[in-house]
Amino acid sequence: MSVDVLIAEDEPSILDSLDFILRRAGFSIESVTDGDAALAAIRRDRPRLVVLDVMLPKRSGFEVLKQIRADAVTHDLPVMILTAKGQAQDRQTAEDLGASSFITKPYANADVVGTVKRLLAEAAG
Amino acid sequence: MLSADLVTATGIAYVGLLFLIAYVSDRQARKSKSSFLRSPFVYTLAISVYCTSWTFYGAVGSAARNGLEYLAIYLGPTLVFIGWWFVLRRLVRISHNQRITSIADLLSSRFGKSSRLAVLVTVIAVIGIAPYIALQLKAVTSSIQAISGASAAQGTLRGVDDVGLAFGVAAGMALFTVLFGTRNVDAKEQHHGVVAAIAFEAVVKLAALIAVGLFVVFAGGGLEAIFSRAEAAGVDIYSTGTFDDRWIAMNVLSIAAIICLPRQFQITVVENSDENHLRTAAWAFPGYLLLMSLFTLPIALYGLTSMPAGANPDMFVLTLPLAAGQEGLALFAFIGGFSSATSMIIVESIALSIMVSNHIVMPLVLRFTQGQGVGDGRGVSQLLLASRRFSIALILSLGFGYFYLTRDSNALAPIGLISFCGVAQFLPAIIAALFWKDASLKAATAAVAVGFVVWAWSSFMPSFESASPLVAQLMAEGPWGITWLRPEALFGVADIDPLANAVFWSLFLNTATLVVVSLFTSQSALERVQATLFVDLFRRQGPVGTLMRGSAATGDLQFVAQRVLGIEKATALFAGAGAAAGTPQFIDRLERELAGSIGAASAHVMMSKVVAGSAVSLEEVLQMADETQQAIEYSQQLERTSSELRDTARKLEEANRQLRELDSQKDEFLSQVSHEVRTPMTSIRSFSEILLGEQHLEEAERQKFVATIHKESLRLTKLLDQILDLNALERGKAAWRNVPTDAEAVLDQAVEVCSALARQRQMRLVVDKQGEGASIDADADRLSQVLINLISNAIKYNDAPEPLVEVRSRRSRRHYIVEVADNGPGIARDERTLVFEKFSRGATGTTAAPGAGLGLAISRQIITHMNGRLELVPARGRGACFRITLPLSGAAALAE
Repeated sequence: MSVDVLIAEDEPSILDSLDFILRRAGFSIESVTDGDAALAAIRRDRPRLVVLDVMLPKRSGFEVLKQIRADAVTHDLPVMILTAKGQAQDRQTAEDLGASSFITKPYANADVVGTVKRLLAEAAG
Repeated sequence: MLSADLVTATGIAYVGLLFLIAYVSDRQARKSKSSFLRSPFVYTLAISVYCTSWTFYGAVGSAARNGLEYLAIYLGPTLVFIGWWFVLRRLVRISHNQRITSIADLLSSRFGKSSRLAVLVTVIAVIGIAPYIALQLKAVTSSIQAISGASAAQGTLRGVDDVGLAFGVAAGMALFTVLFGTRNVDAKEQHHGVVAAIAFEAVVKLAALIAVGLFVVFAGGGLEAIFSRAEAAGVDIYSTGTFDDRWIAMNVLSIAAIICLPRQFQITVVENSDENHLRTAAWAFPGYLLLMSLFTLPIALYGLTSMPAGANPDMFVLTLPLAAGQEGLALFAFIGGFSSATSMIIVESIALSIMVSNHIVMPLVLRFTQGQGVGDGRGVSQLLLASRRFSIALILSLGFGYFYLTRDSNALAPIGLISFCGVAQFLPAIIAALFWKDASLKAATAAVAVGFVVWAWSSFMPSFESASPLVAQLMAEGPWGITWLRPEALFGVADIDPLANAVFWSLFLNTATLVVVSLFTSQSALERVQATLFVDLFRRQGPVGTLMRGSAATGDLQFVAQRVLGIEKATALFAGAGAAAGTPQFIDRLERELAGSIGAASAHVMMSKVVAGSAVSLEEVLQMADETQQAIEYSQQLERTSSELRDTARKLEEANRQLRELDSQKDEFLSQVSHEVRTPMTSIRSFSEILLGEQHLEEAERQKFVATIHKESLRLTKLLDQILDLNALERGKAAWRNVPTDAEAVLDQAVEVCSALARQRQMRLVVDKQGEGASIDADADRLSQVLINLISNAIKYNDAPEPLVEVRSRRSRRHYIVEVADNGPGIARDERTLVFEKFSRGATGTTAAPGAGLGLAISRQIITHMNGRLELVPARGRGACFRITLPLSGAAALAE
């Protein structure tokens, strides 16, 4: 089973909501709750896109992003950074590390879905 | 016989007259500066306070008993006054310069302004003078009895024995002296009124004595007749033993007394208003003494030959006129004797009271009232007056006490000699103060103390022989049978007169101590300066010869250098220069050295004054040096101020740094709060949008989403509550008061709440309570909050296969201790201090732990407010262990 979107998020209720809206939008979803699991799932399941929370246990979202970009295989994987830390500095860090998109919590469901669709279309195009 | 009432009334009237004189003179003195009060003759007459009733009555008694011995008492003072240039002039000059107020002040000032020495001298003076005061009381008492009939069986004195009479005289004198001498406190301690009254008394006593003398010569048919009759009667006028060791001792004592007696120092030195008065006194006072002693021998001889055997020769001056029916003359003689006694008592007790109040009372008062604002001048002068009055009463009481104890002894003169010998102990120190720069404080103190002890043993104590069997025994056998310590035969020297024995040993050991200790001790800087001031008093006066200039200048240079550079540096400088000291090159160099300390201009002025030998007085140099000292102090003050400013600046910087840190902490906190708030908000928003946007939701899903929104809202609310709570706690605004609380009851309550959670998680919650009855100062709800937080955390984060949470309580001597332990994941060592920080969560911890971010921080704050500690202690195996330590309530802790 191919995975469209991997969600890495440690807050259960947020994970629930992301899972729900992205499934509703027609994507297949896999979810993990920490950074190590995220990297493992990316290597194992080759998702087409990763929704990555920054404040993850074990390995932060930024570290995961760094690994993704460092690996030739996953170098071009679209990564959408999701963070509750809305500061400009985090946004800058995300851009520097090569995040494809950056969305702050709380998000509008439509933004998340729209961004995922756009990124997947860009990757495909 | 005269009526006792008449005698008493005369005495009181006379005292009233004295008071009037003093009062008028004081007013006069205040009005004009050049009244007769300041004449050298008034000064000289006042000095004759030396002639007390001892002289007035006792000299005749002494002459009758011991021949010409009495002359020694006059000879010593005569020598001192004729030689005024050597000692008295220095004393007066120094005392003026240094504003000396008493003999204690003088010695203290010379020896580095030592307060200890001043106290010692004061105490010795007060004790030493007691016999002298007693002597006056005895003389006045005897004279009243003699003049009004031995039994005094009539009038107001009926039934009054000699002790009662003496007490009356002492009390009267105390009152009189208080009225006289302590009406105001003058900075210079000069009492013009008193001096005037004393001078008047001097005239009265001299006139009375001469009147009696003339009467005796007249009655005895001329001097020649008196002498020949005495010789015929077998009176040994030119007593063989007259000019022996005792006579020498008396001369030494009288020399010492005229300098060391507090009252003589008071009149001669302190009350002196013009140094030139000494010139007059130098011949006028010996003249007065000569007149006083002129008729002593005739009176004594006439008394011995004309009065019945056994008549008290001390009272011849009174009893001779009485016997001849000359009652008017007898009354005059009584007034003369009374004058002698009162003048002595007044001046002596004023002088002593100044010493007592200045050197003992004031220092004590100042020490005990430090910082309590005795500072206003009025308070101090009131205090001074009170302490003077008290001192006067004390001094007269001591005198009376001595009189009471020694009342069985008859002769007047020996008592006076005891006092003379006592105050003579100051003489070596005074002479050294004036002439020997190397005499040190330690030496002076030791010398005076040694002299005092020897005197007390060999002279003072023996006077109680008749009053105390113990003293009598000591005198006969020595202490513990050590015969060479017998008071009157010290060191086995038994074949000399007891007085000579006491004088020799006390003064010899005194002087020896002074010299030896001085040679082996060093002086402080202040002592050295004062020593120079005292000894080199006249160095800079008059023209200095060429030869002199060099050495004088060297002394000056050294003085200036020491004053400015300090002893050590100056000494080094002069030692380095050796013989070159005093050469222009050296002076130049010294000037440069000085300039380094006080600036070139001052150094130059100072040096040019010294080098030119122009009349640079020590005072000037000192003043300059003092100004320099002030400048140095001022600059030190500036330095202090600027260092204080630097300090303040540093503190401000520190405060600023802390503020910046707090500010960044606040930013951090806000960012964390924002994060914490956004998390539940995210769920709420997202699920709200789902609920709003999705038409086709299953009911189960809708229920679940609404429940999530509700749960997250609660989480949000709790978070906000915690933030506010923590903020209040951190700002020290605990909204509760700690009251004695039953700790175990609170623990029960918390365990109760958590056991439901434990059951739900299928976790064993073991409670082991060993702190029964522990009472702590706390707020039950808050403590419960902390316990619930700890226990529920332990439950929530415990992922062990067989999860276990243990709650253990116990009490120590002063504390109540609760531990909450689990067998969960535990907390990594490097995170143990972090867990109490806000929003920190164990990175190795399990997934989301809602609301854990502030719980421990709040808990720790709460426990801190209860004066306790919340800490993470090493667990007994796997897991974490939190420990709360709270002090037991005050009462409980005390009861332990």
